[in-house]
Amino acid sequence: MLNKNFYLILIISLVFAISFWIGFNVNLLPEEASINAPIYDELFKILFIIGLIIFIGMTIAVIYSLFKFRKRNDQIGDGIALEGNLSLEIVWTIIPSIIVLLIGLYSYNIYDRMGGMKELNHNHEMMSSNTEKIWAGISQTSDNEIAINNLSIEVSAMQFAFLFNYPKGNFISGELHVPVDQKVSMKMESKDVIHAFWVPEFRIKQDIIPGQPTILNFTPTKVGKYPIICAELCGPYHGGMRASIIVEEESDYNEWFNKNKKSEVNL
Amino acid sequence: MTISIDPQKTNNESLQPKGWLRYFSFSLDHKVIGIQYLVCGFLFYLIGGTLASAIRIELASPMSDFMPRDVYNQVLTLHGTIMIFLWIVPVVNGAFGNYLIPFYVGARDMAFPRLNAVAFWLIPPSGLMLVASYFVEGAAQAGWTAYPPLSITTPQSGQIIWILSVLLLGGSSIFGGINFIATIIKLRRPGLKLMQLPMYCWAMLGTSLLVVLSTPVLAGTLILLSFDIIANTGFFNPVLGGNVVVYQHLFWFYSHPAVYIMVLPAFGLVSEILPVHARKPLFGYTTMVFSIMGIVVLGLVVWAHHMFTSGTPPWMRLFFTIATAFIAVPTGIKFFNWVATLWGGKISINSAMLFSCGFIINFVFGGITGVALAQVPFDIHVHDTYFVVAHFHYIVYGGTVFIIFSSIYHWFPKVTGKMLNEKLGILHFIITFIGFNLCFAPQHWLGLNGMPRRVAEYDPQFQFVNQISSLGALLMAISTIPFLINVFLSVRNGKNAGDNPWNALTPEWLTSSPPPVENWEGEAPLVEEPYGYGKEISEQK
Repeated sequence: MLNKNFYLILIISLVFAISFWIGFNVNLLPEEASINAPIYDELFKILFIIGLIIFIGMTIAVIYSLFKFRKRNDQIGDGIALEGNLSLEIVWTIIPSIIVLLIGLYSYNIYDRMGGMKELNHNHEMMSSNTEKIWAGISQTSDNEIAINNLSIEVSAMQFAFLFNYPKGNFISGELHVPVDQKVSMKMESKDVIHAFWVPEFRIKQDIIPGQPTILNFTPTKVGKYPIICAELCGPYHGGMRASIIVEEESDYNEWFNKNKKSEVNL
Repeated sequence: MTISIDPQKTNNESLQPKGWLRYFSFSLDHKVIGIQYLVCGFLFYLIGGTLASAIRIELASPMSDFMPRDVYNQVLTLHGTIMIFLWIVPVVNGAFGNYLIPFYVGARDMAFPRLNAVAFWLIPPSGLMLVASYFVEGAAQAGWTAYPPLSITTPQSGQIIWILSVLLLGGSSIFGGINFIATIIKLRRPGLKLMQLPMYCWAMLGTSLLVVLSTPVLAGTLILLSFDIIANTGFFNPVLGGNVVVYQHLFWFYSHPAVYIMVLPAFGLVSEILPVHARKPLFGYTTMVFSIMGIVVLGLVVWAHHMFTSGTPPWMRLFFTIATAFIAVPTGIKFFNWVATLWGGKISINSAMLFSCGFIINFVFGGITGVALAQVPFDIHVHDTYFVVAHFHYIVYGGTVFIIFSSIYHWFPKVTGKMLNEKLGILHFIITFIGFNLCFAPQHWLGLNGMPRRVAEYDPQFQFVNQISSLGALLMAISTIPFLINVFLSVRNGKNAGDNPWNALTPEWLTSSPPPVENWEGEAPLVEEPYGYGKEISEQK
């Protein structure tokens, strides 16, 4: 009996060890280029490890049963008449409930750290006193933060392109340029069908909906060029609906901004 | 509560054609209707599978070069619609439900045989209409979700035919659901208690409740959508002041429960198959019943997890995260119970058993990615990517379709009186299992790294992984060959099965194989312990 328990504990610890090793050493995600990305990857790692433990454990249990309890040729008759075990069933109801609850609380914490629970506001920089409330999207900035200098951009999507309007400079660009380490606040609206704004390296996505503006706020942390991908089926050229986001040092960004700025605008 | 034989019905039965011709008739026999559902569903599975192959050929290279882009969108729309509404839902509900439920409750037929036949005969015309819409002006191309405004702005005839077809299929599903509820509640043999029913009855009761509660919402939504398309109303058209997010709420109010309409019957079927081949009682009958009903209740309040990146406020995202994650608890109970059913058994390793075990492994994997997807912050990155495509194929193919095959191996002797060839069956399992995992496992990585779903072109960096996936799809296509050969050979020359080749205790095996027209020569037997394996032996000791 002791022997049996020893093997059981050995197998369980092996499953845990393998799952942790894979969880910490196998990277399935693209590079991290926004402050959301490391937070997301932390959640991913935890879920990946828990998932591996359950999956490897269940797979071993099924395959072991098939080998250990397979019917030998000379055997007749049935297995044991075991119809249930109440305490065992209570255990495997309560333990998953606790795991699920903990994952839920943890992902609430993650979502809160990403700014998901903040009020969704969008500041019209042209009219600095007017802050518009929008009920859908992902926020990262609180009310008072939005008043001070963050970059406001208005995004419009159409079949099959994104347009980025910089109200401060009164110009529209097909490429999204943003300075590194600065909060970007985008208000997005579609001109025709539903599109979505996705930057895999930033771990953010938000649908762009006709007739109902959405908010997407983020802070890039790494200089580089990343793809903006439309992730909602929007028509025949959906797969080709791409744009780029160029994250640059503030000086480079200002140079680009001043080059494109319409001079007649008075701020 | 005694079941009297309606004289008019008996009269009609004698007018029914005999032999294979009866499968092409408006038969009222639940067994004939069950087989009609199964064969009709399988033909549409072959069509849907051909479309899937076309998608995987297109995706074997990064450029859109195999078919025009709008045809690609039609193909993916038809693939999804056919696989869901014409293959999985009709087969796990209609085919096995009609064949097995009257046996399980000890009845001679379903409660409403004519409604039953009508429900089946709605399927072939609506399916043909859907496929034929391609030749009109092009089929629907807004995805199986038909989100407006895309569904309003794409060519109208295809979308309208799609709506009509889904409405008819939804009607068929509701007729079936009402029939199953009435049969299970009202046609039970005297003396048979609810808690003595085989688990598939409970699964079908839960499923039918979901069908009856949620399918009318889909029907209403699609009728409003059709008004928007043909009568220029503005329910969902933002140009006329409509709201596109409302459509998504209404659509998913049906279409999330639809996932349970596809998997709950599979949970029921596997609960019948495992105890027979493991020679052990089903572990934890009562908890199984409660977990099915728990899934039914929770399944109705989780729909907005399909809309985490859509127009949803933060509080709503959180509510649906918690509700969705909690479905994992009753689902997990069932999987632990199945493994406990295997534990200590005398397991025959045959095709039915292998497909059921494949189901457990695949579904656990899909369930784990499902719990992850339920978390809002996780979903925001992978929503509408190949990660989601991989996840739901693990649920509906790795889960339900594996169980459909398992059930065919298990009940083929019942229906035909002949055994299927085991060697071909195991070959079928091995190719399917390898092909399936090769096809869909790599897609998780694709989604995490930036490949959205429903695209005909992608970044060249994803080509190698997409080719592995396409290779898996090729294996899945090949795997149907040994299966078809097996079925055709065994129907004609299969080994005689006798009445009860598995020595099973559930009531359908306590009559001849194939069963007589009214199921039993005499009175239906009272089966109080459908899973009483091992009992006699322990009593003898």
